[in-house]
Amino acid sequence: MYSSAINLMTRQQVLDLYFMDARSKLIDLAAFFDRVDRANGEDDFRIIALRTALKELSGENKEKAKSVLMVLSDPTTEPIANATTKAAAGAYPGAPN
Amino acid sequence: MRYIEPHAHMVSRITDDYTEMALAGCAAVCEPAFWAGFDRSSADGFFDYFCQLTEHEPKRAAKFGLPHFSWLCINPKESEGVKLAEDVIALIPKFLERPNVLGIGEIGLNKNSRNEMRVLEMHVELAARHNQLILVHTPHLEDKLKGTRLILDVIKNHKNIHPGRVIIDHVEEHTVKLVLDAGMWAGMTLYPESKCSPPRAVDMLEVYGNERVWMNCACDWGVSDPLAVPKTALEMKKRGHSAEAIDKVIFQNPLKFLSQCPKFKLAS
Repeated sequence: MYSSAINLMTRQQVLDLYFMDARSKLIDLAAFFDRVDRANGEDDFRIIALRTALKELSGENKEKAKSVLMVLSDPTTEPIANATTKAAAGAYPGAPN
Repeated sequence: MRYIEPHAHMVSRITDDYTEMALAGCAAVCEPAFWAGFDRSSADGFFDYFCQLTEHEPKRAAKFGLPHFSWLCINPKESEGVKLAEDVIALIPKFLERPNVLGIGEIGLNKNSRNEMRVLEMHVELAARHNQLILVHTPHLEDKLKGTRLILDVIKNHKNIHPGRVIIDHVEEHTVKLVLDAGMWAGMTLYPESKCSPPRAVDMLEVYGNERVWMNCACDWGVSDPLAVPKTALEMKKRGHSAEAIDKVIFQNPLKFLSQCPKFKLAS
């Protein structure tokens, strides 16, 4: 049992287990950006947020998943006046935080 | 392998799902009240739904050897209309004595609006007044962080709610620590496209520990997988987690939380 952080695998074992999956997802993401770039029209807040979140993947940050989620989150703290939709967009329409 | 599915919307699923869950080692299934995918037109619709959750669905589950439990509320997605919410909440006390009802849930927020907050506070007060466990839905995607903070504030500010009797569901990497630090339980919802994947759930276990956490599939009428919990157990096994560690997360932990309601009993 463990009540705090543990590491069961070596870095090599992590790579052996997850590298091909991560490679596939990275190429899918790259192809998505190519697809967006080929399409006519303007960027919207979602693709701008994704481009901002991508920057979180480089560097020494040890909490990259959390950082990406933070970039995509509503940074405000007060309840909104009314819910005009039930759906979420996946990114905050305001400026990236 | 044995596991408890602590969050599944079985009214939306086919009977084959019950078969597969039972074959995979499911020992009990718990069903919070939720949004049907469309807005119900009156409190009468909720009355019928609560009857379905407390009368019909337990019988359907029993055909597959599965004890079925439920949670009652008006879901946050239908909480913008306060008058309807008041009418639905007024129905709930008469159902709380039914043998499979574990508490109030899944309450919470969806778009983090003022009316949703008001209805959340009404639900929390209802739970406090009737000494009920609470299961909380946190918002989706960009609304989750803000909503989780607002929800935690509401619950922490109620003097008659013990945090150890509250599970905050659908946590992700940016909210799990907030929940655990507040003394509440954290639920990791395993979805194919949103919320949390099995590898990410196991990451969170390895980073934040395995105390006061559970996993659930939250399968419903959308893209979801009723076998997500046993598949995540397999993910743990692939990474070298012991059988005891897996059993703790997928069986013992939900058993510990849910047993705070004396009505939660597994088949002998």
